[in-house]
Amino acid sequence: MINWFTRDAARLLIPALSLTVLLLVIFYLQPRAMSYNGLNLLFNLAVPIALATIAQMLIMTVNDLDLSMGTFVSFVACVVATFLNTNPLLGVAILAASIVVYAALGVLIHVRNLPSIVVTLGMSFVWGGLAVLILPAPGGQSPVWLRAFMVSKPPLVPLAIIASILIAVVAHLLIMRSSLGVVLRGVGGNLRSVERAGWSIVRARATIYALAALFAILAGLALVGLATSADANIALRYTLLSIAGVILGGGEFVGGRVSPIGAVIGALTLTLAGSFLSFLRISPDWQIGAQGMILIVVLALRLLFNRLEKQRKSA
Amino acid sequence: MTMAGPQHAVIEVTDAKMSFGAVKALDGITLAIQPGECVGLVGHNGAGKSTIVNVVNGGLTLHEGRIALGGQPVDKYNVKVARDHGVRCVFQELSLCPNLTVTENTRIIHSSLSGWGWRKRASSVVRAKLDEIFPGHHIQVGALVGDLTISEKQMVEIATAFSEIAQKVRLVILDEPTSSLDASLAAQLLKYVRAFIKTGGSVILISHILGEILSTCDRIVVMKDGKVVAARPSPEFTEHSLVESMGSVVKGPSARPVRDISPGTPVLSAARRREQGLPFRAHKGEIIGLAGLGGHGQTETLTDIYLRHSGNWLREQTPKVAFVAGDRRLNGVFPLWSIIKNMSISHLADLSTKGLIHRQDEMKLVETWKAKIEVRTKNVENTILSLSGGNQQKVLFARALATRADVVLMDDPTRGVDIGTKQEVYSILRSEADKGRTFIWYSTEMDEICLCDRVYVFNNGAIVAELKGDEVTEKNILAASFMGAAA
Repeated sequence: MINWFTRDAARLLIPALSLTVLLLVIFYLQPRAMSYNGLNLLFNLAVPIALATIAQMLIMTVNDLDLSMGTFVSFVACVVATFLNTNPLLGVAILAASIVVYAALGVLIHVRNLPSIVVTLGMSFVWGGLAVLILPAPGGQSPVWLRAFMVSKPPLVPLAIIASILIAVVAHLLIMRSSLGVVLRGVGGNLRSVERAGWSIVRARATIYALAALFAILAGLALVGLATSADANIALRYTLLSIAGVILGGGEFVGGRVSPIGAVIGALTLTLAGSFLSFLRISPDWQIGAQGMILIVVLALRLLFNRLEKQRKSA
Repeated sequence: MTMAGPQHAVIEVTDAKMSFGAVKALDGITLAIQPGECVGLVGHNGAGKSTIVNVVNGGLTLHEGRIALGGQPVDKYNVKVARDHGVRCVFQELSLCPNLTVTENTRIIHSSLSGWGWRKRASSVVRAKLDEIFPGHHIQVGALVGDLTISEKQMVEIATAFSEIAQKVRLVILDEPTSSLDASLAAQLLKYVRAFIKTGGSVILISHILGEILSTCDRIVVMKDGKVVAARPSPEFTEHSLVESMGSVVKGPSARPVRDISPGTPVLSAARRREQGLPFRAHKGEIIGLAGLGGHGQTETLTDIYLRHSGNWLREQTPKVAFVAGDRRLNGVFPLWSIIKNMSISHLADLSTKGLIHRQDEMKLVETWKAKIEVRTKNVENTILSLSGGNQQKVLFARALATRADVVLMDDPTRGVDIGTKQEVYSILRSEADKGRTFIWYSTEMDEICLCDRVYVFNNGAIVAELKGDEVTEKNILAASFMGAAA
């Protein structure tokens, strides 16, 4: 007999509930959102955010934090809208090189025992600078195939929903189910015990940073596909959004406790929060504040839930 | 190459020498584990048990000495080589990943569990092993380790160590495996150990419960100060003779100043811990030793006393207790600060008016204490890290002594401090005690405990013995530390 009501399941329950509540309120305010096109519009911009959130979650799996996520996604967007469009081979080479750089950052952080926030904060200026060099003014153009893919309309279910589910499932298989994912989460949970079992921690860190870069690149691709062009500051908000998404989805800053499905749900919730405000005819200026409020409410719920759980156990 | 004969030792460590700073952890140890034998390893704190265990499992590299596996000398010995040879270790402090399930932790320990269906294989292996060692356990292999009780965690750790997946398990090191298991689970484990030995496996068992060692092991190795002082088949030992061989050569009655503080009203007292053992009390001007094996509740007692007698939110005007931390780097020094700031931090309230610190007063205080306890530095403005370990510890002593606290709690403060500094610290303690201060001193070193006026011996989280005056001897302390769990 398996106890389904585990802490991990409970962790997912609150974000899922908050997304449902938010969605129901939006449908009540604007019944027309309850259609194929309506849902696509609501969730379209969630796809790149969800990918960036997964990338951030991977870094947080090993108790690190990536403060360069937003500038890195912007950098990728600039590369995609320029090099990948005009000279695909060079574009792919640049993106591949950026994955190598991320892996090297993981090695550096581990070997020199540096705080990841300092290293990635520094790197954020590097990525931002490179992005400005590539695209000094907003411009560029999305590759045709990418644009075609992002605006494609599969039957019955909008692309945004399919993509979100796909991202969640792939990330879940990768980090929660695969034997590799177990070792990566183990590094976050108890580094010493993983080391004692004969694993190379350097390799694990390099792997997780490279995987994160891969997901961040996918985020940049999706973003350019939707926006059709790029800008060096296009994704700056993603740094904090991705961290908030992971936390909202039940992840924690330390201890290797993460949930890919929750992270995607968290990203969707944060995107919906913006639409929710515009349906209420409140200025988008309030958006960040509203996202913060949602975060506080959900975290308060989680604390309450944990306390109840503890009481139940000690009783 | 011929096959290694059955008579070759599973692992043989010859002339092992290791030192950490001034401390000689291993001083020429030779240890060979034969296939199909259970070796008991006993000794008091600092005897070198943990060090030799870490050498055998590949976690530490020997400074001097040789290691041979199955009769073949090995040049580069590390965790991976050890694991490939079938050497496993169950650590004293639990070392599972709390965020993973039992099955997933099995995967961490066994790198060969991968590819499709690894989850199913891992679950069946660990479930079968749990059933075999601890029949009637209620552990679900899909449960998160963080949700298990401490004894369940220990059971899982033991089961994963004994699980065979790719390599045969040749040697399992059990470091205090029964400390968090109750009596019936401990019996199940020891029964399994005997069965494992019969099939040709080897076990190194470390335990403070001598009854367990005597009944389970074929051979017992007694260690002291990084040396093997006795190694004989277990039937030749009794609990009494084991305790005796752990002690040093019997010294004449030491010239210990025997002081018996007349039992007036204690300045401090604490109830019994976990409803077991003796209550704790301390009188004015006493030096009280907390003895026993490391990690048996001494540090917890000190922190309990400290937390109970210090303000919860706000600092009290006159603190009743001061604390000298043992782990300097973790909770002692402020590494970026100067010696002055490190010393005066606990005293700042008395040195300042309206939130501003009087530099002159601070300097005067620091210079006084610097002279009193002889901190060896030219300039107290230097950073604390410019001092040697012993002198850093002296600064921490000064920090506690400079307060007006009547009671000073010390959590094994002389760890890794050279002998000269220790002597100086002892005389400071004695003179401060004569002035009416009370010291509560947890030490892992027998010599220090023997300096105390009164000693409480801890065993399994409770005080099991109170020794005073001439009763404070190494023999009595050892006997109480290694008393069965029943005491």
